[in-house]
Formats: sequence, C-alpha cells, structure tokens
Amino acid sequence: MGDFEPRIVGIFCHYCALAAQDVAGKARVNFPPHIREVRVLCTGKVDVLHILKALEEGADGVLIMGCKIGECYFKEGNIKAFKRVDYARKLLEEVGLEGERVQMYEVPGPMGSRFADIITEMTEKIKSLGPSPLGR
Amino acid sequence: MIVGERKPLNQIRAMLEPYRKILILGCGECVSVCMAGGEKEVGVLASQLRMLYKKEKREIEIEEATLIRQCDREYIEPYLDKIYQADVILSMACGVGVQYVGEVAGERVIVLPAVDTKFYGANLDAGIWAERCAGCGNCILDKTAGICPIARCAKRLLNGPCGGSQGGKCEIDPEVECAWQLIYDRLKERGQLELLEDIVPTKNWKPSLSGGPRKVIREDVRP
Amino acid sequence: MKSEGALEKILEKGEFAVTGELGPPKGNDVEVIRQKAEYLRGNVDAINVTDNQTSIVRMSSIATCALLVQMRLEPVMQMVTRDRNRIAIQSDIFGATALGIKNILCLSGDHQIFGNQKEAANVFDIDSIQLIQCVKTMRDEGTLLGGEEKIEGKIRLFIGAAANPFADPFEFRVVRLAKKGKAGVDFIQTQCIYDMDRFKEWMRMVRERGLHKRVHILAGVTPLKSGGMARYMAKNVAGITIPDSIIGRMVKAKEPVQEGVKICVEQIEQLRQIEGVHGIHLMAIEWEQRVPEIVKQAGLLPRPTAS
Repeated sequence: MGDFEPRIVGIFCHYCALAAQDVAGKARVNFPPHIREVRVLCTGKVDVLHILKALEEGADGVLIMGCKIGECYFKEGNIKAFKRVDYARKLLEEVGLEGERVQMYEVPGPMGSRFADIITEMTEKIKSLGPSPLGR
Repeated sequence: MIVGERKPLNQIRAMLEPYRKILILGCGECVSVCMAGGEKEVGVLASQLRMLYKKEKREIEIEEATLIRQCDREYIEPYLDKIYQADVILSMACGVGVQYVGEVAGERVIVLPAVDTKFYGANLDAGIWAERCAGCGNCILDKTAGICPIARCAKRLLNGPCGGSQGGKCEIDPEVECAWQLIYDRLKERGQLELLEDIVPTKNWKPSLSGGPRKVIREDVRP
Repeated sequence: MKSEGALEKILEKGEFAVTGELGPPKGNDVEVIRQKAEYLRGNVDAINVTDNQTSIVRMSSIATCALLVQMRLEPVMQMVTRDRNRIAIQSDIFGATALGIKNILCLSGDHQIFGNQKEAANVFDIDSIQLIQCVKTMRDEGTLLGGEEKIEGKIRLFIGAAANPFADPFEFRVVRLAKKGKAGVDFIQTQCIYDMDRFKEWMRMVRERGLHKRVHILAGVTPLKSGGMARYMAKNVAGITIPDSIIGRMVKAKEPVQEGVKICVEQIEQLRQIEGVHGIHLMAIEWEQRVPEIVKQAGLLPRPTAS
C-alpha cells in the first residue's frame, strides 16, 4: 500500500496530550501529518458513538490520547475511556471492521518525543491495516 | 424495571434483509436505563448498520427516533407519519413496545425486535442488573422477608432450601445466591426464624402467566 | 397400616431396615432392570427407583416400579416435582397404587441444567414438602389436593422424603426435617454419609426435637470404588462431604474396591449404634453387584420376611 495516506481522527485531552503536542511542536520534532485533531477537556468525554461515527464517516483509524492512569486531571476519565475503547472495538468487530483501528495511548505529561512516537506508531499501524473497508 | 439486552448484530441484520428504509425506534424508559435500547443505543446500532451496508455497498436508508415510551398510544401517535414512511420499524423497546407500536400503527406496519427482553430486575451497581420479580400476580413478599422465592429460587420452592444449597449458593451456578439462604439469614437477623417452621401451602398459579394472558382494568378511569 | 408394604411392616416391628436403589435404563431395555433387581433380591427390603435423576432421561419411575412389582419385589417410587404438575402427580399416584406400588419418596429434583435436555422448561408447580402433604391428603382424607374432589378407591402409600444433613444452612436442616414430619412423612432417607461426626451431630439435633420417634430415619451409605471417585464426589457433587481420612484410605489402598466395601461396612456398623437410625439406604449406583457382600459382611442377612 505504497500510496495509501491514512485519515486518522486524533482525540487529545487538554492536559497531558496537548501539553505533549506543544512540546513536540516547539522542539520541531518530526511526525507524520495524517491526524485530524479533536480536542477534549478529558478523554472521559469520549463516547463510543464518537468513535463509531468517525469510522462511519470515512476515517481509517481513531487515535485517543490521554494522561497516564493515575494522573488524569479528572481522576478516572481515562480509565472510563479505555473501557469504552474496548467496547467500541467489540462493536466494530461485529460490523467486520478491525478493532485495532481504534487505539488509546497514555502520554506521561508534556513529553514531545513520546507524542511524536505515538503518532508515528499509529500511522504505521493504520497503514499496515490498509484503508477502511467502508471505502471513502 | 424491565431488563433486556440488544440482540447480536448478525441476528438483527438477518431480520432486515428484505428492507431498504429502516426506522430504528428507541424507548426512553426501562431499556434506556438498562442501556439496551435508549437514544444512545439507537445511535450506536444505526452507526453499525450504516457501516455494514457501506461495506457491502448497499444503499439503505436508516432513520432514528426515540419515543418517551412505546407502551402508551399517546407517545406513539406523534411518530406515525415517520413510521408509515419506513419499510420496516426496528424497535429497541421491550417485547411490549415492539408489539404495541404494531398494534397502534396498524397491521401493515412491520415491527421487528432488536432487543431480547429478559426479566424484571434492579440495577445493583453500574453495569449490573439482576432479576428480582417473576410477575406471579400474587405477591408473597410479606411472608418471605422481602425476598422472592419465585423469582430468585431456581426451583420456585416455597418451603426451601433444597438439598443443593451449598455455601449460600444455588446448585445451578456458584454465582447465583440461594434465595432461601438469604431468607433464612434475614429472618435470623430479625429473630423471626420460627416463621420458617410453618408449611407454606401450594401456590395458586392462576394469576400468573400460567393462567393465560392477563389484564388489569380500572373502571373508575374508563371513558 | 398405611401401605401394607414390607418396608412399613419391618420398620413398625422395630427391625433394622435395608433399602437399596436402582437406576432405570436410558431407554426401554427391561433386561437391565432385571439384572440389577436380581442382585438386590433378598438383600434389601425395598428398592428405590430414581425419577430422571440429575435430569437425565431414563425410563419412568412408575413404569420401572411396576416392572419390579411384576418381579415380586417391593419398590419405593421416587417422584420429583421438577417435571410434573399437581394434575400429573395425583394422576400418577392413582396409577402407581393401582399397579401395586406401596412406597413413595417425595423430592423436588435436581435442576434440569444438570441433565441431557438442558433446554427443557421445568414445572415445579409444587415443592417436595407440598408433595408430602398432597400424598397424605390423598391417603388419609381420600380427596385430591384442595379437599374437594373425592377419590374413587383407597390410596395406600408409605410416604418418604429425603434429608441432607450436610447441606446448608446446617442449623436449618433439622427444622426442614421437622417440617417434612409435620407435612406427614413416614420415613426419611438421608444423602450418603461419610462425615460420621457431622451426621452424629445432626442426629443429636433430631433427637432433641423428638423427631426420631415420629419419623423412621434410614441413613444413606454409598460404597466408594476408587480414590478418584472419592475425590470427584467430594469436589463435584452438591451436598456430599468426604473427610480427608477416608479419601486417604481409598487413594492409598492396594485394592480400592475391597477398601471401599470395608469402609462401607464399618460405616453401617457405626450407624446401627446411633439412636434414632432405623435402617440404612444403600446406594450402590451402577454397582449393584456389590450389595450382596456388603449386606452380608455388615451382618444384615438374612432379611426379615415381612408377614
């Protein structure tokens, strides 16, 4: 899939994820540009329906990035988000879509390099899965 | 509340095979509370079906609506226009709603069930609902320390427990509590164990489902 | 006399009774019944016939009992409330007594989830205690349940029930036995006993209430075949506890079959000493051929002839 440019929706929490993105930006760390960014105050805001809709509307993957477990500004928002990601994967498997198209990562505070690594990893993963079977 | 669970997607999809315009109808009462068929679940099912059909390159129209409830005519009537425009109604209500929407909309309207209705139960904790009532038509909770042996004893014993009760659990499943152990413990707490020495006579099952479909009528509010 | 049966006569005379058990075939092969029955003939006073035990479909208890009556043996018809409502139950009691069956054991029955027709709906219209009351009403009042409908003919049955001294809640087990006594039970057969101390404790509580005088208690015994069987039963069968000492003896034994028989005979001897125990219920399921030697070694032969 040489020329497949994945469309990935990235849902980032206001605290750790955005801070990390900021640092990455200032340090001019390189990372792939395929993410369409959505900001939320906390990943706990992310609903299963948001994930499904993103894929329904043509995204090839959904990336959710939040604080590390135990460090969530709202205490357990990220824990709830992880559970919803698992559930969303089940719902996608029912449809015949690969659950791996949805990934949630923790980022430990404003670590720009980690942010960049996550973006790169996600992009590679979606590239290897190929475009969404739903077509554009 | 009535507790149900949404059917697996492949079962729902098989039912919808002949249709092109689908209206998914949620219900705002019990199935919303047990997260089987409320507005959210309608959204999720609609999204899944759209993805499914997109994958198969089929042009299927899916509409969504959630009623306050589907067991009262007044809440169904405002949606009749929408209902008549669809080829099929996929109701996410309990079995009552699935049938009643059909009764109100008329015999030409096809209403399919997206939810398996399971039992009358309570919400024990976030994400757990457990059966508590069997709708036997003749409540004896005053005699059994507030614990129902019809709904919670696997053998519906009125003079339990049976010999299979071990460690407070029912013989059918180690996760299921023995209702009679619960009744015993509670009566012991209350110092009323002697109540268990009386023989409870045979139950009259006429008021239950066994006696045939039931009706309740209040003459004082009939027109 | 409530039934004019041999079991009743032997117990009323104050003799130590012995009952056996026979599981009907998973089909209609009568030869299976004949073979098992012949091992038991002359070695027990009456033979229990199980009723779709553990919800596995077998020839009906009533039919099997009728065949035993034809073979001039005395059956104890076990009846569970899992599969029959009060209409079928009373109807079967009419039929059973007409076929010469004199003893009935009233049970609720194992849940259908254990059997080979797990998707079946269960009945449980009435429970075992209500069943005892029902049979007593039919026998002593001459009417159906409810007291309205008069029965044509006389129902003569010796009424039995099961008791499990090892189930929970332990303190309640004797109360439940008292309830069965109140309901009208004539005799009780217990689950098989391995934990002699716990059984003795249960009997003490029974005697405290004077129940041993109102109800004939037959203590259940089952010979173990192997260490494996002992371990399996201790772990998997609801309502059975086996002390480690017994499991140990079975596991270490050079001849486990002989050791099993030996333990069984020792148990019978101990049980005969307990006040209030009026007999034993020997359950050698699928091992009926061992019954003659067990009964002989326990000094229980010859069986008294009921006249």
